[in-house]
Amino acid sequence: MPRHLLIALAAALPCLVPALLSAQNSGPARLDSPFRPPVNFTDETTAPPIPADVTDDRRVARNYPEQPPVIPHNVRDYQITLNNNQCLTCHSRQYTGASQAPMISITHYVNRDGQTLGAVSPRRYFCMQCHVPQTVAQPIVTNTFKDVDSMISRPSDGGDRR
Amino acid sequence: MLDRRDFIKAQAVAAAAAAGGVSLPAMAQTSMIAGEDAQLKWSKAPCRFCGTGCGVMVATKDNRVVATHGDMQAEVNRGLNCVKGYFLSKIMYGQDRLTQPLLRMKDGKYHKDGEFLPVTWDQAFDEMARQWKRVLKDKGPDAVGMFGSGQWTIWEGYAASKLMRAGFRTNNLDPNARHCMASAAVAFIRTFGMDEPMGCYDDFEHADAFVLWGSNMAEMHPILWTRISDRRLAHNHVKIAVLSTFEHRSFELADIPMIFEPGTDLAILNFIANHIIKTGRVNREFVEKHCSFRLGQKDIGYGLRPENVLEVRAANAKDPTDSKPMSFDEFATFVSDYTVDKVAELSKVPKERLLALAELYADPKTKVMSLWTMGFNQHVRGVWVNHMVYNIHLLTGKISEPGNSPFSLTGQPSACGTAREVGTFAHRLPADMQVNNPVHRSHVEEGWKIPKGLLPGKIGYHAVLMDRMLKDGKLNAFWIMVNNNLQAAPNTNTETYPGYRNPDNFIVVSDAYPTVTASAADLILPAAMWVEKEGAYGNAERRTHFWHQLVTAPGEARSDLWQLMEFSKRFTTDEVWPKEILDTNPEFRGKTLFDVLYRNGNVDRFPLSEIDPEYENRESKAFGFYVQKGLFEEYASFGRGHGHDLAPFDRYHQERGLRWPVVDGKETRWRYREGYDPFVKEGEGVKFYGNPDGKANVFAFPYEPPAESPDKDFDLWLVTGRVLEHWHSGSMTMRVPELYKAMPMAMVFMHPDDAKDRGLRRGSEVKVVSRRGEIHTRVETRGRNRPPRGVVFVPWFDSARLINKVTLDATDPISKQTDFKKCAVKIVAA
Repeated sequence: MPRHLLIALAAALPCLVPALLSAQNSGPARLDSPFRPPVNFTDETTAPPIPADVTDDRRVARNYPEQPPVIPHNVRDYQITLNNNQCLTCHSRQYTGASQAPMISITHYVNRDGQTLGAVSPRRYFCMQCHVPQTVAQPIVTNTFKDVDSMISRPSDGGDRR
Repeated sequence: MLDRRDFIKAQAVAAAAAAGGVSLPAMAQTSMIAGEDAQLKWSKAPCRFCGTGCGVMVATKDNRVVATHGDMQAEVNRGLNCVKGYFLSKIMYGQDRLTQPLLRMKDGKYHKDGEFLPVTWDQAFDEMARQWKRVLKDKGPDAVGMFGSGQWTIWEGYAASKLMRAGFRTNNLDPNARHCMASAAVAFIRTFGMDEPMGCYDDFEHADAFVLWGSNMAEMHPILWTRISDRRLAHNHVKIAVLSTFEHRSFELADIPMIFEPGTDLAILNFIANHIIKTGRVNREFVEKHCSFRLGQKDIGYGLRPENVLEVRAANAKDPTDSKPMSFDEFATFVSDYTVDKVAELSKVPKERLLALAELYADPKTKVMSLWTMGFNQHVRGVWVNHMVYNIHLLTGKISEPGNSPFSLTGQPSACGTAREVGTFAHRLPADMQVNNPVHRSHVEEGWKIPKGLLPGKIGYHAVLMDRMLKDGKLNAFWIMVNNNLQAAPNTNTETYPGYRNPDNFIVVSDAYPTVTASAADLILPAAMWVEKEGAYGNAERRTHFWHQLVTAPGEARSDLWQLMEFSKRFTTDEVWPKEILDTNPEFRGKTLFDVLYRNGNVDRFPLSEIDPEYENRESKAFGFYVQKGLFEEYASFGRGHGHDLAPFDRYHQERGLRWPVVDGKETRWRYREGYDPFVKEGEGVKFYGNPDGKANVFAFPYEPPAESPDKDFDLWLVTGRVLEHWHSGSMTMRVPELYKAMPMAMVFMHPDDAKDRGLRRGSEVKVVSRRGEIHTRVETRGRNRPPRGVVFVPWFDSARLINKVTLDATDPISKQTDFKKCAVKIVAA
């Protein structure tokens, strides 16, 4: 296979196989970190544009019940300070009627000692420690995590991922 | 609203059904899971990432991790995780896991310029052993080395230490923790005679004030930040001071925010000492009873190559550790130069804020916790600045009691447990012992049941020196485990990469994923990670935390422990030990290193029957004995009875970690104080028993400037660091789609006016250029980090933009830790 074709293939399908495997039977040797463009370690290439934020307001299914949901809207310049938490102006219990935003989880009202409080627990105050916005950037490496439902609905490979 | 939502739902279900190739009723059926099918096996483990050491519960089903969440029973985090911790379930499932050994080959055999081809473990170890033997024969033990990590489990680090020091007879063993907290570790030993914090995380619920010295805990230690925000938001009197060279998320909670000129933290700390003395708030009784004063060496250079002009010009670059006794009055005179006016001018922090900060320490009624990580440790005067923060806690006696706590945070999950306690540094042995101390070596030789005089006394190469020696061709056989040094090391293009591709050198990298370091190796060994093996980590508050193997590693991937021990079988003592030692100890003749290091009657003491039958344990099955228990118990024997006491092995599988010293089954929360620490006797009050005189050392040091500061050609400070979503070089977190999409590339954070002056704006493509190298990236002017004019910040997680090509390999001359926070760059349009 000509080299330029290989590179084109590798560039088109970087997530399917490590670069190594596509070069195993022909072509030059390299095993590149998938995040780097196919250049020598000593070289640097151009930077892609900053990817746009995901702002479609659509919920993304969680991988498991206790995964913090990602944020499907813009949060630029959201103020979270000692005196103000802009996230809670939509997501705390009393505002969800007006905002139609999902209410923060009931776990967020529980303090470190397991007592339920009348308001959000101060230890949960900084929302973006756990909930992060998403950009439209497409993951370079595929993740083969399977959630519990797909584990139950289909026979297991016994953990053998060869 | 409802209409829109129904529409979206219908669309999503239809799309998922189409993609899955199933009809809708079938989809509906698969979601009806109940009873036994839905049962998961839950087990405890510590988080794989930072040094906080959060407890997580891990759910497995059919040999796969299917869920994780914060452990309610773990004291550290009580049910919380940060975003990285919540996504631990996915870190092992990047599709490009390494599953077989890969060797560079040409014409069917190893060749430095060959292509990576799959080989068996036997072929891999055969070639590796051949290379090790070649180098040992030609150049001796000083030419082999290993670079490990604070991510090694305790027994992996311990097995590595035995293999390198007693097997190959070299101390060329260092962890990447050298880049991370060597300055903190060295300052602990010099101040208290013992490593690691006296306090613990319980201080968070007791302090009245928190001072963040350069640390951005909101992003780097989010769960500890939840404990601080809990305290601050629930108690109005609590104050938070945040010091940094740029504004970041921790400033959201700051009562006293302070942006200082890089490197001037030294002057600010001396000012605080001066303020405490001048206002008569020294705790005289405490100081007289418990402190010694010493004048440290100044003008000590910058840890660059010796021929560098900065080293030649420095008066004391050759003996940076010297110090001599001084009196309290001399100390007072020494710091009296650091007046509020002078320091405000130097640091650019307003006077009122400096005074407010100093009062948090000076006011005897305020319990104060100081917190720091890389801002202090990655500092050409990192040891000094660590000493200086102890100075202000010691002058006021605000130490070793609930809420009064100088607290050094760590960045890796077992920086304390493995790198420091086990002693995988080039100068250290288990339990704070040192390689250049003949009594310590002799003690270790006894514990390891190896011949007297076998252990080498020469301190090995530290991290940055290893890279220089590889480049210079003096270190030729090199094994890198659990870290991505080519991305992490400073000035990589000039000082690190050339050594890896030096034709004289054979470079082995053990990793779970193809990192840039693996790509530059000659042999890649596929590694098991996290819960694919039984492990133990030690966090920043002295907490030792165990976990079981919960799933098996993919393909041929094996744990570092298995790799180390299996490799040791390829050497006999006759090949690697001197003839004189074997002549006087003939019973060791002809044995393999595996026999003498791991089948020594200690390590192989516990049978397989002692393994919890609920859990798999691959390494133990491979070797025929309970490997982890044997290694742990032999290791623990060095620390018991003198303040490093660990509990019996089995206890840790029952606990969410225990803080050492563990005496009579009880952990210790505050060391050096009567009533809390069992090693302080009744009536002693406070005793810093790590030092022979029972006192802590207060050191006097001046302010000295960084190695490289901006000038007309390179007019900006470059600061590097981490971001919340990615951990270190991103080899795990960049493979989690949600984390990748949250932060897919490293940008340069800069002040909008600095951008404007250069004709740039948010999104402009730029080059970040230093005297050593450059990267291409995009400008970010309104992100979470807001540098002042003259400073830019670039995180280092992104292997497509290797910012460490730009950084400077200046180190603290005492700790040998790199300063990743201060060098000069320019930004130009690309």
